[in-house]
Amino acid sequence: MASFLTRTRGKGRLHWTDWASYAYLLLGVFIMFAPVLWLVVSSFKTEAELQHYPPRLLPYIQKTITLPGHDEPLPVFKVTRGELAGQEVAQVRRIGLVSQVVRPEDPQTIVKVSISDRAPVERVALATTNYSKLFARFNFPRFFWNSLFITVVATAITLLVNAMAAFALSKYEFRGRGTVMALVIGTLMIPQTVVLVPLFLVVREFGMINSLWGVIIPGAATPTGVFLLRQYMLTIPDEILDAARMDNASEWKIFWRIILPLSAPALAVLAILSIMWRWNDFLWPLIALSRSENYTLQLALNSFQGEFTTDWASLLAMTVLTLAPIAAVFAFLQKYIATGIASTGGK
Amino acid sequence: MLKLITPVMQVVEWPMRALQRVLGPRRLAWAFLAPNLVLFSLFAFLPVILNFVYSATGSDHILLRDRSYVGAQNFAQLLNCQSYTDPNSCRIDVFWRAVWNTVSFVVLQVTFMVVFSLLTALILNRKIRARGFFRAVFFFPVLLSPVVVALVWKWMLQDQGLLNATLQNLGFGTVNWLLSPGWAFGWSVFISVWAHMGFYTLILLAGLQAIPRDVYEAAAMDAAGPWRVFRRITLPLLMPTMVVVLVLALIKGVQTFDEVYAFTGGGPGSATMLVIQYIYQTGFAGTPRLFGLASAASILVALVLVGLTAVQLWLTRRNANG
Repeated sequence: MASFLTRTRGKGRLHWTDWASYAYLLLGVFIMFAPVLWLVVSSFKTEAELQHYPPRLLPYIQKTITLPGHDEPLPVFKVTRGELAGQEVAQVRRIGLVSQVVRPEDPQTIVKVSISDRAPVERVALATTNYSKLFARFNFPRFFWNSLFITVVATAITLLVNAMAAFALSKYEFRGRGTVMALVIGTLMIPQTVVLVPLFLVVREFGMINSLWGVIIPGAATPTGVFLLRQYMLTIPDEILDAARMDNASEWKIFWRIILPLSAPALAVLAILSIMWRWNDFLWPLIALSRSENYTLQLALNSFQGEFTTDWASLLAMTVLTLAPIAAVFAFLQKYIATGIASTGGK
Repeated sequence: MLKLITPVMQVVEWPMRALQRVLGPRRLAWAFLAPNLVLFSLFAFLPVILNFVYSATGSDHILLRDRSYVGAQNFAQLLNCQSYTDPNSCRIDVFWRAVWNTVSFVVLQVTFMVVFSLLTALILNRKIRARGFFRAVFFFPVLLSPVVVALVWKWMLQDQGLLNATLQNLGFGTVNWLLSPGWAFGWSVFISVWAHMGFYTLILLAGLQAIPRDVYEAAAMDAAGPWRVFRRITLPLLMPTMVVVLVLALIKGVQTFDEVYAFTGGGPGSATMLVIQYIYQTGFAGTPRLFGLASAASILVALVLVGLTAVQLWLTRRNANG
């Protein structure tokens, strides 16, 4: 307990509290990573392998062989008992408990083997069938496009609109500024979750229900964004602005030529937050988009698990493709994301 | 990037310059504020007002002119209970089940969240190897979407999933995790702690690192025991951060919907139905669509949230000033 609580550590040798700390952290790694890893590995298993119980850790694929006289590649088995024991055979068809097999050297002569006397010949390999099926059978590219469109357009609008407001609130003295600040704080108190019904009406009146714009527009102005950018812009010295005004630059030009580039770090933090909010958004899209061709990835994922209770094969592949972009962004920008989220308290 | 935005900005330049000539540079501030304020008014303030109108009107029409005034009837229905602690005695028992589910959910979730984030932050604050890696490991689920979180764990917990197989291997029986009300609820709390604790760990870690080192050095001079140092230095100095974390976790906890809905759909029965899901289902998923009832329920939730947010703002102000 001792030094564990204080961050000091016995010099030289590892104290038992160090062992306890590392044990805790490694357990943490296991609990945080293992389920996600398991999902990713599972998504590369064939449907037959997904049915396998107890589940095996690695994905296996049954060996197949193409023989003359048979159109489809045939699954290969190893016979365990009987006169063919020890030999590899290809199964032509299975009838009840009997499997009709042929020997590769003699593909025309069918031999009958009890299914309990054979075992599949397998090797560890990634099966990509779940993924190809996703593109062939489902409207996956469409969902992906919807999510991408919402994320990119909404983030662009959020950055511009919030930066404009933050510029006004940080660089101008005008009557009513205090009131506007209070209003911005006020919106912090109004999460979307408590105004769903009237929001639905407003968005409907604009004709944006079942349109991607109905998801993009309502959340485009964020109090978090205004605050974050304003705090940052306050640190930009006014002298730069005055110098530009001397050179007869318009206020708009000052905004986008000087303020925006100088606020790049804060804009980047807001961009990351916005991308995350939008890509992962669920409740409002669930209400605003009811036609499946407008579904975002999140909605599609959720509806799939209802529609096909057993089609884990497609669901797993789709989950992996949904988390992949965020994982990629995280891998590159981990540090910025963490500090950005911690500094704004926005998530 | 610059090539992309330059033409857009130049198009806007012209009308803005004209506006500047009309308004003067001072009042131009309102032009910069306008888009944001319009969005806030239409999609935040207006809905708040309309929410009250909806809560005071009945019928399943969304258009206000088709709705009839019913006064406080929606609230009366929601609050019509023999005993608030017993959902079965309530006119709308589902709502009260959702309320009590949410209360237990928030209490459990916030408790575990604070305990584990604090423990993790304390450990990450020690001199350990690969701290960045461990911090990232605890943080990354924060970025996963709620639906992905739900599916990751559903896949673990399904009937023939990895967990059941492991249990069987160890000689225990298998459990139908999501079909048993108690387990489904417990796992819902677990996955939401799993998904969000990294966020709070990060805030607490920042709080710990802000504690000046010389305070510890002074304590070491006085040969204070580690437990005493923790109780007398770390904990009090971390308190402001702790309180912020607590309030933030409460605010988010009350609004939990996504991951639990995607995870259990509120079931089995209504064992994991939370209050936001009740609002969603009453207003949007069921027939008839009871917009009035949904609005009334959301106003009750909003009251709780406004109280919590006020506390949060007061605390941040106090921290910032002192």
